[in-house]
Amino acid sequence: MKKTVFLGALTVAGLAAGAAAAATLDDVKARGKLNCGVATGVPGFAAPDANGEWAGFDVSVCRAVAAAIFGDPKAVEFVPTTGKTRFTALASGEIDMLARNTTWTFSRDVDLKFEFVGVNYYDGQGFIAPKALGVSSAKELDGATVCIQTGTTTELNLADFFRINNISYEPVPIETNAEAQQQYLAGACDTYTTDASGLAASRSTFETPSDHVILPEIISKEPLGPLVRHGDSEWADIVRWSFNAMVAAEEYGVTSANVEEMASAAGDNPEVNRLLGTEGNLGEMLGLDAGWAKNIIASVGNYGEVFDSTIGESTPIGLARGLNAQWTNGGLLYAPPFR
Amino acid sequence: MTTISDPPAESFKLSMLIYDTRYRSMTIQVVALIGFMLLVGFLVNNTAQNLATSGKTVSFGFLANPAGYDINQTLIDYNNQHSHFRASFVGLLNTLLVAVLGCITATVIGVIIGVLRLSPNWLIAKLTAVYVEMFRNVPVLLWIVFSMAILIETLPAPRDFRGEDPAATMNLFDSVAVTNRGVYVPEALFSRSLGDVHLFGNSPIRFDISLDLVLILAVLIASIFGIRAVRTRADAQQEKTGVRPKTWYLTLGILVVPLLVVLVALGFHLGYPELKGFNFSGGTYLRNSLIALWLALSLYTAAFIAENVRAGILAISKGQTEAAAALGLRSNRIMSLVILPQAMRVIIPPLISQYLNLTKNSSLAIAVGYMDLTGTLMGITLNQTGKELETLLLGMLVYLIISLSISTLMNWYNNRVKLVER
Repeated sequence: MKKTVFLGALTVAGLAAGAAAAATLDDVKARGKLNCGVATGVPGFAAPDANGEWAGFDVSVCRAVAAAIFGDPKAVEFVPTTGKTRFTALASGEIDMLARNTTWTFSRDVDLKFEFVGVNYYDGQGFIAPKALGVSSAKELDGATVCIQTGTTTELNLADFFRINNISYEPVPIETNAEAQQQYLAGACDTYTTDASGLAASRSTFETPSDHVILPEIISKEPLGPLVRHGDSEWADIVRWSFNAMVAAEEYGVTSANVEEMASAAGDNPEVNRLLGTEGNLGEMLGLDAGWAKNIIASVGNYGEVFDSTIGESTPIGLARGLNAQWTNGGLLYAPPFR
Repeated sequence: MTTISDPPAESFKLSMLIYDTRYRSMTIQVVALIGFMLLVGFLVNNTAQNLATSGKTVSFGFLANPAGYDINQTLIDYNNQHSHFRASFVGLLNTLLVAVLGCITATVIGVIIGVLRLSPNWLIAKLTAVYVEMFRNVPVLLWIVFSMAILIETLPAPRDFRGEDPAATMNLFDSVAVTNRGVYVPEALFSRSLGDVHLFGNSPIRFDISLDLVLILAVLIASIFGIRAVRTRADAQQEKTGVRPKTWYLTLGILVVPLLVVLVALGFHLGYPELKGFNFSGGTYLRNSLIALWLALSLYTAAFIAENVRAGILAISKGQTEAAAALGLRSNRIMSLVILPQAMRVIIPPLISQYLNLTKNSSLAIAVGYMDLTGTLMGITLNQTGKELETLLLGMLVYLIISLSISTLMNWYNNRVKLVER
């Protein structure tokens, strides 16, 4: 019996640690599609639409990388992951990259051996509570029952917040966002805590969103971004610059509407020319076509377009750009130069 | 004139390893063993290599680091500054709690259902058959999630108890509050408590034992021995005179009086739950996660135990029932005095594996957010530290130890009740 258990353990370990080899790009090209880990369903960020097609803010990062590699944003196999399973899925090679509102932290970057390639959403942890509860600040939550997704940084932030403020709470650990919403709506917990963007997304799906209030306290920094495994920097470069291309495109006014025209011939702005491949050989350096960035912007759009169509103020989720505006507009988005 | 000469000494040829039946089985075993070792070697090597490639080392040092997360149900004192080891220990105790509770209720329900399934009453027999088939043939995970959903969706939230004309009220003279977060029942308090005894000093597995509880248990056990003595004396008198003396008042007295004395001496009183702020406070809080898991595991395993019990009873020949009936025993006494004691030796071996199943199935607890060993060590700790290999190995080792302990205990019991053959 001991032997069986030992063998089982080693098999698990072998699977978990396997396939950490380099040359992810070759694997992806051979496979013909990108395996991208996303959330199990957060409206606006990653959720299947009415036709069963995955759509959302995080999903578009996967689509951008697929567009850069294959010229086809649909060449993606989406793998839904929970807060608990996501890292194992990435470490084991089940997915090539993870774009699942994952917070960039020191230990995940260094100790878990992952590489965060950027921040696609600057977020912070907040609380949502029913208006009827009459709570106006998170510090009034003494003794409250708090629903929380297990295996996330929010769990640790929550513990710290309540300890520092010397108030008590009752955590209810839950696996997925959907279950958490269900428990929160049934009143099994007084408040639900996760990233403020996620709360806004969840609230948009409630029957009467106006009955729920997001408390003003933001108790943590949550830079969310896509990540890849350690050990294949070339692959990390592709994901990083695919995302940067979307940010830079917005800064330079390249949109899905005008990208074809701008890419047809070299224009006045050398930065745009290099981005769109009409000048220099940036694509070749990445191991991709010259038109890699053009493909991203033509099929997925620039950062601003994606933001507006998935989670922006015109959508039910209604998030303002806030910290996620371009640096030229007082935000934190700042793509390094394309040269 | 025949000379019996020794047969020529057989020289060993390599082909005999395959064609000679004396060696063949040995050869096969050796080959199988080598193959097995190669497989193990490959797996170990592969794991080590992959760990090296991804730059990870195997170490258990993380267990001493602060866990950083909170656990709602803790049987021992714990906060988020305690170590991962401590958090895992809290989870282990939660696993044991639900396993013990589940095994007890599953046995009780299982025995009742198993006996009723053999009832001559058509309706009862069919209803229990429906119960068994329904629970046995649906995955236990669904029953766990289903129980939780029912508890959450049908019961009132604590805020419904508030206000002038509340939508929900407490039960049993305002002493029990049934909410969709859990059930609050009155707790036992002692105004002249003897305090706790601290075990294991400052180690991560330290815990406290209430001396009040120890004292009450000791008194109860002493009472039971007293009642036994009374019964033995009554038996002796019955043997001698043929008349059994009345003992019920003595039995009752031995059971109740010392207990009452102890309770009064300790200043026993009940603490009632009260709605304070967001939740009830005071009283003992049975969380929905525990109730749902406990209920689902018990009902599910009880269906299997019922079948074991039925098989055990059917294994006893009908002659036993008829002989007992001929002696003038009533049917419930036939069952409890004649049939069940004999059926036990058929029931117990499969019962062991049902207990093991229940304990292992309790690892589905995370489906309802019950923080057991899987939820703490192999859940949050794994996720926060990224030590998949270490936490999973540790977790498997712990489950292995629990399971082996249960089987040892049950095998010991089985040896005691099994038929002594001469």
